Amino acid sequence: MPEWISYYAALIAKGLQTTLSLLVISALLGFALAVGVALARLSQRKWLARAALAYTSVLRGTPLLIQIYIFYYGLGSLFAQFPMIRGSFLWPFLRDGYWYIVFALVLSVGAYVGEVIRGGLLAVPKGEMEAASAFGMTPRQALLRVRLPRAMRLLLPTLAGETVMLLKSTALASTIAVVDLLGAANVVRAQTLQIYQPLLLVAGVYLCLTFLIEGVYAIAERRGTPLRRSVG
Amino acid sequence: MFDLLSFSDQGWGNALLKGLWMTLQISAGAFAVGLLIGLVVACAKLSAPRPIALLMRGYTTLFRAVPELLLILLLYYAGSMGLNALMLWLGFAQVNISGPLVAILVLGLVQGAYASEIFRAAILAIPHGQIEAARAFGLSGFGLFRRVTLPIMAPYALAGMSNLWINLIKDSALISVVGTNELLYTAKQAAGSTRQYLLFYLAAAALYYLVTLASNYLSGRLERRIRRWMPVVE
Repeated sequence: MPEWISYYAALIAKGLQTTLSLLVISALLGFALAVGVALARLSQRKWLARAALAYTSVLRGTPLLIQIYIFYYGLGSLFAQFPMIRGSFLWPFLRDGYWYIVFALVLSVGAYVGEVIRGGLLAVPKGEMEAASAFGMTPRQALLRVRLPRAMRLLLPTLAGETVMLLKSTALASTIAVVDLLGAANVVRAQTLQIYQPLLLVAGVYLCLTFLIEGVYAIAERRGTPLRRSVG
Repeated sequence: MFDLLSFSDQGWGNALLKGLWMTLQISAGAFAVGLLIGLVVACAKLSAPRPIALLMRGYTTLFRAVPELLLILLLYYAGSMGLNALMLWLGFAQVNISGPLVAILVLGLVQGAYASEIFRAAILAIPHGQIEAARAFGLSGFGLFRRVTLPIMAPYALAGMSNLWINLIKDSALISVVGTNELLYTAKQAAGSTRQYLLFYLAAAALYYLVTLASNYLSGRLERRIRRWMPVVE
């Protein structure tokens, strides 16, 4: 094993931790947003459905990197102009690239996964929703107890793919000086003057993380599907 | 403030449009490379001898599991180093590979991994009787591929490929990290020199959005046009 790996192991571990925390935080918050977006897209209120459509269209139609730049450099430099914001308790958060990345990732997960969930909600057989209301469930209960869980189960394979996409998107954090896994590799490269070896190392780590994510979803799929009936 | 976007000498309008043109060129080139790699790899995965098929599966897994940004950095630096070493070994002087060309190759390699999966699924969707009929007519090898497999599989692959094109346009923004003067890189320069970050990044985002909207519209029309000939799936 080359010497630099043991020397920089702590840094790379720290980067891994940052990548994982980015992944988990933005997956959870983004998922909540995505459910909201999906419901808004299916809403009877025209303006709400249209606003949600515009949101997903713009977020999915522009590169994530540029969204990150807009938030970090654009809004960030705007915030810095106001002494009121600079003096406030929020400033430590608003100065750190980490929260801008989280914000951008949450918005983008909301848009991409929102579309996925919308498809899942539409795919739940109508009869099951009718059965739910025949049982006397209110629309909200039917949504939370029947429609969403059903949609989730249908969507698990797609969500696995989306989670891998999110993992790959977290690597963009390194472009605004957040030391995630890729950021750590870049630090090592700069300090040891190695051109590609650190990149290869973290590529291996990303590969393992991807397999891990897919494994977790495979387990969830096996356990979450106690009985599978084909809907004809 | 908005005169910074004008097309006069002081404005950045021309530079941004030039960046957009470069983005489109890189994307189109990478799409072509990805198409070619995708076709070859899909065929290899389906019918090459086992070790080669396994190798190709490894390529697809690897390139779809590792962040694009990391792949771009890795291939950009390692690739240009490797090429220079090769040139040195062959006795040529060091070459300075042009940025856009490397960008096309790198993005094309990433695209190829995704495209190969789309093509594999599309080829598998061809009813086997069609291939048998072609063989009965005496077609085989490349002729069979060109005259039967390719035309029947193309409509199945269309939706996936148009998605891939839109992803490619968005991924091409990542190339700005290694300093090829495409749209985002130009916007970065403009923002840096005028300190108007929000203005220029929003302008560049609007241009990207226009391109993806137009692509969506065109691919939708193309799909409708081609679907006329598709058998109705029950």
